[in-house]
Amino acid sequence: MKTQPIDQFATRLAAEKRQSVYQSTKLTHEKRTAMLAAQFADPDGLRRLAGEIKQHAIENLDTLLPLAEERLKAGGAQVHWAVDAEAACRHVLAIMQRRGATRMVKAKTMVSEEIELAHFLERQGIECLETDLGEFIVQIDHDHPSHIVRPIIHKNRREIATSFEKNGLGAYNDEPAVITRRARTFMRAKYLAADVGLTGANFLVAESGRIVVVTNEGNSRFSLAAPKCHIALVGIEKILPRDRDLAVLLNLLARSATAQQLSVYTEFIHGPRAPGQADGPEEMHVIFVDNGRTEVLAGECREILRCIRCGACMNVCPVYRQASGHAYRAVYPGPVGAVLSPLLAGERFLDLADLPKASSLCGACNEVCPVNIPIPDLLLRLRDQGKRAGAKSPGLPPMGPWALVASSPAVWQAALVGGRLLNVLPHRFIPVPAAQAWVSRRTLPSWRGGEFRRWWRAHQNRKAETGDRKAQA
Amino acid sequence: MMSIERKPPLGKKVQLLATCLCDAFYDDAAIATVQVLEHLGITVEFPEAQTCCGQPAFNAGDWTASRRVVRHMVYAFRGELPVIVPSSSCAAMVFHGSLLAFEHEPDRPEVEQLARRTWELADFLVHGLGVKTWPGRFDGALAFHRSCHSRGTASGEAAAALMRSIAGVTLVEFGEGEQCCGFGGTFSVTFPNISEAMGRLKLEHLRAAQPRYLVGIDTSCLMHLGGLAEKEGRPLEYRHVAQVLRDALRNGGLLKP
Repeated sequence: MKTQPIDQFATRLAAEKRQSVYQSTKLTHEKRTAMLAAQFADPDGLRRLAGEIKQHAIENLDTLLPLAEERLKAGGAQVHWAVDAEAACRHVLAIMQRRGATRMVKAKTMVSEEIELAHFLERQGIECLETDLGEFIVQIDHDHPSHIVRPIIHKNRREIATSFEKNGLGAYNDEPAVITRRARTFMRAKYLAADVGLTGANFLVAESGRIVVVTNEGNSRFSLAAPKCHIALVGIEKILPRDRDLAVLLNLLARSATAQQLSVYTEFIHGPRAPGQADGPEEMHVIFVDNGRTEVLAGECREILRCIRCGACMNVCPVYRQASGHAYRAVYPGPVGAVLSPLLAGERFLDLADLPKASSLCGACNEVCPVNIPIPDLLLRLRDQGKRAGAKSPGLPPMGPWALVASSPAVWQAALVGGRLLNVLPHRFIPVPAAQAWVSRRTLPSWRGGEFRRWWRAHQNRKAETGDRKAQA
Repeated sequence: MMSIERKPPLGKKVQLLATCLCDAFYDDAAIATVQVLEHLGITVEFPEAQTCCGQPAFNAGDWTASRRVVRHMVYAFRGELPVIVPSSSCAAMVFHGSLLAFEHEPDRPEVEQLARRTWELADFLVHGLGVKTWPGRFDGALAFHRSCHSRGTASGEAAAALMRSIAGVTLVEFGEGEQCCGFGGTFSVTFPNISEAMGRLKLEHLRAAQPRYLVGIDTSCLMHLGGLAEKEGRPLEYRHVAQVLRDALRNGGLLKP
């Protein structure tokens, strides 16, 4: 029986991996929900407000982006624009080549995953070290992140200890404290030797040209401490109009992402080292990355650009919990990824057109989204777009004939009666794959097509008789 | 979820949208809906030309096919009367989904006219008619699964409040109540493995609560969960909320059996 790719992936997923994804996402989701309810009088109102702020921002990029550029330059940063992944990678390379730089330390940024920066730089002979512990483990394992906040949610500590051993980071030891200490020792030397530190931006405020980066490991701060040059890769949708908007967004981001009131490190970066400042990078570059976002903005799913990459939607998603992030075959997994990844795929939209189908449309993602993105509606729009673009849909019964039946009352009523065949036919003989998919896992209740309508007519007759009797009496 | 304001009901007459699942499998849930409404003095009309809300094709991404069915239903339910649906999912298709599918269609106003007067049953009882408590008696612990398509609407709380008010009823809590049962319409057959895993998890939580009945406002979730449980050889008895309300009336001698 042919089922959808993500469904097939879920059946191949090791029970152990499913358990670690399920337990970890469930725990974070429950803590997040309890924390928001305990600390805010109206968490839903806050989510809606944050959604309106971000919606306003993405609808006013035409004025906010030039303003941000002006303020960044006034603060001493250099600003670059990258229309696609390649342009973004080339900007990074050009900056490094101009400085004769060959070593980069890099904080966690999803947009760098999206443009595959690390692979690009390695091909150019540049060392590019991931300094977020999870991303570092992904890097030494030649793996891919499976969650946008917790890239190694699919791994357990035994696997991590094994890859540390294999990579010469010490004899097998799966104590988290030991693993962390070894990574730290290894990275300290790298921070000191690096020429360039690269970060993303959780937010970039237009009115002040201020970049906000949040982490829990402090690695972005280390990445900016020793290197003389800071490059920030910023998706154009990361803009916020005003500094005060951070009050809403920062309050929601950490709570939604990791059930923390605030991330351990929240950095506000306002240009390179100013005269008189003791340290910090002497040069700062901001690369604004479009890479398909303008197209998304022009389309019918633009609300997805509100996303602040907290991962709450994947934590609550029953499909993500069963299938894990790698099932989505894209940088952005889960509900947000099921919308964003096919949209950002551009000409390869059809390759990922099955992702929006990987949802029971339960709406839990919308309910937890800190910027109130109507994810189920967007998934539905993409299903429609996929169908019109000729996407395949394994296992799905054809809807055309069904619509014919369901728009002709006489045929519908005949089908209701005809369906009684199901009560005598052994179910394994029903020649419809969708029906087989149902009955292989569930029983089918007995078919009672037409029974309600029969009752209804008898009921009307009874009422008419009672009415007649009342009239006669 | 709700994207439009609904008109308050005028008068004591409604149209019933029975849903395709009641038409094919769950006639008693539709009968109970009629009996509950008539008990409240409401006159029910059943437009016989009705078929399905159009959601299967809508969710499957075949919006052309879906619009064909929605147009038929708009015709079948023409008029001004409130339309009552014993399903939060079909109701949401009428007042939310179909509006998405008709965003760029010239006949959207007609679709919206139907949307504005369509109510899920429990929501209509509590917020349309102002019913606060339910008479009669129903003995036992009920596990109430709030269907996902009632998220963001008043239906779930309305149904829970009505059931809680019935003498003899206890609503039992169960783990991960906000999680989907795994039905999801065509999702249940195109993602059968994930759908089954989700359903089994739900059953585990439900069984731990040891209810006499699983109760829902959508027969679709019940059909999926009940079907999984029966296939496992450990059947779980389930009822639509309309059946609980109707049976409470019967048990209290307020409705002839």
